[in-house]
Amino acid sequence: MRAQIVVYVLLAILALAAPFLGLYPVFLMKLLCFAMFACAFNLLLGYTKMLSFGHAAYFGSSAYVTGWLMTARGWGTIEAIFAGVAVATLLGLVIGAIAVRRQGIYFAMITLALSQLVFFICLQAQFTGGENGLQGIPRGSLFGIIGLGSDQTMYYFVLAVFVAVYILIRRIVHSPFGQVLKAIRANEPRAVSLGYKVDRYKLLAFVLSASLAGLAGSLKALVLGFVTLSDVSQGTSGEVILMTLLGGSGTFLGPVVGANIVVTLQEYLSDMVGAWVSVIIGAIFVICVMTFRRGFVGEIQRRFARRTGEFANSEPT
Amino acid sequence: MTTLFGLPLPAILGQLMLGLVNGSFYALLSLGLAVIFGLMGVVNFAHGAFYMLGAFAAYIGLQFLGVNYWCALILAPLAVGLLGIAVERLFLRHLYQLDPLYGLLLTFGIALIAEGIMRGLFGASGKSYPVPAVLQGGFNLGFMVLPIYRAWVVLVSLTVCGMTWFLIERTGLGAMLRAATENARLVQAFGINVPLLVMSTYGAGVALAALAGVLAAPVIQVSPLMGSSLVIVVFAVVVIGGMGSIVGAIVSGLVLGLIEGLTKVVYPEASNIVVFVIMAVVLVWRPTGLFGKE
Amino acid sequence: MRAAGEQVVIGDIDDLSGVYADVQGQGGIEAAKMAIADVGGTVLGKRIIVLSVDHQNKPDIGASKFREWADQNGLNMLIGGSNTGVSIAMSKVAAVKRVPFFAIGAGGASLTGADCTAYTVHYAYDTTALGNGTASAIVRQGGKTWFFVTADYAFGTQLQEAATRVVVANGGKVLGAVRAPLGTTDYSSFLLQAQASGAQVLGLANAGTDFSNSLKGANEFGLTKTMTPAALLAFISDIHSLTLQTAQGLYLTTAWYWDLNEETRAFAKRFFAKMHKEPTMTQAAYYSATLQYLNAVKAVGSTDSDLVMAHLKQAKINDMFTKNGYVRADGLMVHTMYVMQVKTPAESKYPWDYYKVIKVMTGEEADGLQPDPTCSLAKK
Repeated sequence: MRAQIVVYVLLAILALAAPFLGLYPVFLMKLLCFAMFACAFNLLLGYTKMLSFGHAAYFGSSAYVTGWLMTARGWGTIEAIFAGVAVATLLGLVIGAIAVRRQGIYFAMITLALSQLVFFICLQAQFTGGENGLQGIPRGSLFGIIGLGSDQTMYYFVLAVFVAVYILIRRIVHSPFGQVLKAIRANEPRAVSLGYKVDRYKLLAFVLSASLAGLAGSLKALVLGFVTLSDVSQGTSGEVILMTLLGGSGTFLGPVVGANIVVTLQEYLSDMVGAWVSVIIGAIFVICVMTFRRGFVGEIQRRFARRTGEFANSEPT
Repeated sequence: MTTLFGLPLPAILGQLMLGLVNGSFYALLSLGLAVIFGLMGVVNFAHGAFYMLGAFAAYIGLQFLGVNYWCALILAPLAVGLLGIAVERLFLRHLYQLDPLYGLLLTFGIALIAEGIMRGLFGASGKSYPVPAVLQGGFNLGFMVLPIYRAWVVLVSLTVCGMTWFLIERTGLGAMLRAATENARLVQAFGINVPLLVMSTYGAGVALAALAGVLAAPVIQVSPLMGSSLVIVVFAVVVIGGMGSIVGAIVSGLVLGLIEGLTKVVYPEASNIVVFVIMAVVLVWRPTGLFGKE
Repeated sequence: MRAAGEQVVIGDIDDLSGVYADVQGQGGIEAAKMAIADVGGTVLGKRIIVLSVDHQNKPDIGASKFREWADQNGLNMLIGGSNTGVSIAMSKVAAVKRVPFFAIGAGGASLTGADCTAYTVHYAYDTTALGNGTASAIVRQGGKTWFFVTADYAFGTQLQEAATRVVVANGGKVLGAVRAPLGTTDYSSFLLQAQASGAQVLGLANAGTDFSNSLKGANEFGLTKTMTPAALLAFISDIHSLTLQTAQGLYLTTAWYWDLNEETRAFAKRFFAKMHKEPTMTQAAYYSATLQYLNAVKAVGSTDSDLVMAHLKQAKINDMFTKNGYVRADGLMVHTMYVMQVKTPAESKYPWDYYKVIKVMTGEEADGLQPDPTCSLAKK
């Protein structure tokens, strides 16, 4: 336990001091948004073993709604974020209700196909600006008092939201509800025979994950000032899987680590290898699946667990 | 002029005809996917990439090796099938004991690699492949001109679909395959080499995708991204038909081609998503798909 | 912080691996380097260096790279774009960081309209010029009735609207249009509808593989025998990959063609030696934009963005890309455009001999006389 506390304290210091270390605030915020997205996704994959292949739908649609309300309707920041998250939640409820009826790969396929539907709606709809995207989204202010225009203020706002989401996810996983989810993951028929309405628990987990993914999307829209089709595309859905898998699904810090690696790679790899970036991403996928399915954090935890006997149940699937 | 839904009948006939052509592509692709899934339990996300590689194999053959269309029809699926076998031996084989989701993720990665490599080598904008001389021109059906090549595509894919169905459902080899899916250890105990069987199944499924790629090459631009959007549609087709059902894959492939054709007349903007809408409806109504059994 | 003051930094953020990579991509970078070589590799005694990155058609990558270069690498000028979404995102950064941005290859007319900035220069073409060109030439030749196959997104819609305006203004008529989803591979049903309309001209308001696949289909279904195909945006690389057999007779609008005159041929020859293909109009625009920027720096004796922009907006542009071109108040580079027809295989005498000139349009004919009123800079 002590090691864990040390890690978190170090991370907290690093996160608070980051803008003063010459690191790029916009890049840091992007990292945080994707880390949040991956954590939300991990709630589903890591703790219920449901692989959604269309999580960009919630991320992107929430981003679009927030962006549109702020740009075209002049809504306040907080209200627009809430509206975005509400839409993502609703979308999660509808898609989840259809998808949780099936398991495993069927589930993955259904979420993929339905998210494709969301993508086409975003391509068609007027308010999304089609392939131009929504551009020039203002950041607004918190309660009309604290302006978010400066990168530094915005960074601490995003960091605060991220920490809140992270703690929330920990609480969810450790709650009785989270325990039921783990029970379903371990043995679904047994959970059914114990009298749990399994589908309802799964749907709730799905909806929670969708709304938190939506929150990440809304924040990203505000940070970067635009939303485009790539935010709802299949590529983004694939990336969030990669982030979670690479960092370690079913661990708390894994998705954060994975998101950092993937976003950094994308940002800086393209300078060096140009057109071959997707080959490298694909190769990481293959290596990850073949050799370390627990992901970085999962592997490290396993080493620790051997020594201390802690985290004994951190097996990802 | 006779009309239906306010549209002239000849136009509808024409669209149905074209729907049939597209449907036979879908049928061929979803067939390969269904064979791999039904017999191996692997969701082959790289199916679109193998389809693309099939088309590129034909293109490379013609441009650099002097292999004509007719030879490509045999050689390209063979070459891509061998590649598929390599993928099975090197990677997929080690994942059978695990959650099937890992197979899905692995093939997703492989699709990214294949597309990336072809993009690096040939660029993204696509290459042209000529229609073979014998198949140029068209039949005048009265309500439309049907290019001979398209008729040929329908003919080939329906024949191949029929043969595959027969092979799996009506022959001894097929029975063995199906038995191996049900209980691999028992079949192994009968002295049958199950790993070899599984490997060839994957190779064959991939070869079907590559065949579809060769058939498509003269019709559309051969481009590295030609498979990535198609694969999702084909997945939806397979889910509608009932995953793993051979008949389901063929029938729903053809029917969805027809429905998509009609959508292109009535509401063209929706023609890309009609498949997904139907999928959602089918899943609510019959979660196992039209022909699936639980 | 590198010594920003001792060098002039030109950034290129473009699609180097995706669907636009063949049209600009590495060839664009090469063309920019040729312009740098032509000014001797230095300006005002400072070495000129080029940074380039693949935006992968993701606006966040494009915009954040631009921002980073501006903040940390002393970026003086940015070139590139291709994708309209990425270009608009980058133009917003240009306004904040006050770095001139030469948008090339993005069709979206809003770059010099609602989304215009004081630092954006829109080079090569926009949807207005493309729509005007092909449509006006064909209508005047008697192609009065049109049917559009339109890519179903903003770019396609804008193209169709621009062309429709011209068709109607010249006494023609649009008999119908069908909006095909982006990335459609099989155009046959849309083409059948076009054929049933009985229109004389088949207007293709799309680009890239959408364009190639629709034209291929038109050939296969015999439409090109009864209708005149008209492309609103086609590059020479598209024609090359489609082959003359398929593309013959097609009308299209282009900002530049390698075989126009001695100057263009000389440039093309140098380019060909490096890239082994003839330059597209946007690759030529890359050369021109880089050259004009460097000339402006030389003329004002400084890399100060405001001084350079002021010079660019009042000087005439004369190079192998265009004669007497100028940058309008809204940022649009107004220049001569050409309506071309693709030669038949028999007419083509040597490799890449693809186009014959049907009509030369002045910049005003292509883009109109007035700056875009939706641009805040246009109001005096």
